[in-house]
Amino acid sequence: MSTVAFAVIAIFTLTFALAAATNPRLMHAALSFAAMFVGIAAFFFLLGAEFVGLVQIFVYIGAVAVLIVFTILLTRRDPEKDRGFNWSGVIVAVAVFAGLLWAILRSPSVSIGPAIVKALTVKRIGEALMTHYVWPLLCVGVLLTAALIGALVLVMEDKRQ
Amino acid sequence: MSGHAPGWLIQIVSSLLNIALLLFIFLTLFALMSVLERKILGRMQNRYGPNRVGPYGLLQPVADGIKMLIKEDIVPARADKVVHFLAPILIAATAILALGVIPYGRNMTPFVIDGGILFFFAVGSTTELAVFMAGWGSNNKFSLLGAMRAIAQMISYELPLIITVLPVVMVVGSLNPDKIVFAQKYYYFGFLPHWFVLTPWGATAFLLFFVSGLVESNRTPFDVPEGESEIVAGHMTEYSGFKYATFFLAEYLGMFAVSGLAVTLFLGGWHAPLPWLGFIPSYVWFFAKLSVLLFVFIWVRGTLPRMRVDQMMNFAWKFMLPMAFTCLISAAVWHYAGRRLLGWLWSFAVIAVVYIVLSLFLDTRKKFAPRTYRFAE
Repeated sequence: MSTVAFAVIAIFTLTFALAAATNPRLMHAALSFAAMFVGIAAFFFLLGAEFVGLVQIFVYIGAVAVLIVFTILLTRRDPEKDRGFNWSGVIVAVAVFAGLLWAILRSPSVSIGPAIVKALTVKRIGEALMTHYVWPLLCVGVLLTAALIGALVLVMEDKRQ
Repeated sequence: MSGHAPGWLIQIVSSLLNIALLLFIFLTLFALMSVLERKILGRMQNRYGPNRVGPYGLLQPVADGIKMLIKEDIVPARADKVVHFLAPILIAATAILALGVIPYGRNMTPFVIDGGILFFFAVGSTTELAVFMAGWGSNNKFSLLGAMRAIAQMISYELPLIITVLPVVMVVGSLNPDKIVFAQKYYYFGFLPHWFVLTPWGATAFLLFFVSGLVESNRTPFDVPEGESEIVAGHMTEYSGFKYATFFLAEYLGMFAVSGLAVTLFLGGWHAPLPWLGFIPSYVWFFAKLSVLLFVFIWVRGTLPRMRVDQMMNFAWKFMLPMAFTCLISAAVWHYAGRRLLGWLWSFAVIAVVYIVLSLFLDTRKKFAPRTYRFAE
């Protein structure tokens, strides 16, 4: 059952990822990207990491996808203009892939096999965030606040005139 | 019969039964609500409302449904066909999903998820993308403007909507809707229910939540995205026939979902208001409370004129958001002062002080001046 579900979700996710990467119509690519996030959230659900899956939907579809869509709307579009092959994109993609591969191969859980993991409840995540990882959490908070204020300053520019 | 059906079959069948029942109940409620809304609005405006089809006009939704089904489905020639087609489906699907985690009665939560509240908002946040798809896919200026307005107000009011839920989650210590309902099952002095709406922070959070809910479901006075005097029908301009009906359905289902969550969080869920009324089935209480909230939705629609976009945004960021954060602090004060009368008073004091300071600070009595215009360069 789980293998079948995995295969279905994997095909779904890869299809939309490919569509997002190759579709020449920018808006369709962005929407495929959002659909791909649904697939990734489904993976988290399959792994029993319900909270992470929900946050994935919440943040990536509710916020990031909307942000991307807005960015496309607010920038000028030159439809179907062939920009040629983008080598810098390839370099970044290979670097990210290598980084992920390195991290995955280093992580111990892959080699151990099916381990018995205690159910990851929301409460445990909250406790971990508020005790052991409180400094990273605060740093992220400060970073996001700074970004928010920065965005506001950028928008408020014409008030000074 | 020998043996049992395999586990996965039982799971699938029981899920399907849940979904079918959920759809049946809420589609019936939608039909009933659409006719009752017109009736009540009619009463408020000194007219009868629908009274031709069936007894007291109760079969009006059937007639409307048939009309919508046999209407011609028009898709604009320059529309993005796929996106235009998918938008109403997505918007209705998310509205239905959000209904799945609300506890309708004792042991009557269709889908028990540990992070049920989070699920509700995660699914709700997908609506923005669906609205955008409708606006962009129609390839129409009015549609796109309506979609932009809708997304702007949804994002702005999502903050107070979610932050007003946090005090409840904090006090209960769980994101599970069932646990939140269970936390409200006791009675003070044997008759005063333990509902969160009876605490100062709870009452404030409930009001803020309800107003944000009005915005999220695009209801008057916050129906700016579909203001018909300005932008025809917003993101629904280019939809006709059954697709339009689907948007309409999604709006009502969203309204049911937000009201249901308000009942769960603040009004004690399916618990009876008095301990000796517990013999009445729990789902009756839930739907009674839901009906009261839905009536308020209609009442507000019959009473208030539409707000302006800038008024709405100012209200969200300058009043709703600070008040929502105040609820959080007030709930913490209530908790640490012992959840008793003293805590009640302290919590009330926090809210009152912030409210007074905010209202002094946000003096809305305008200093009138010649109108200034700003143009895009």
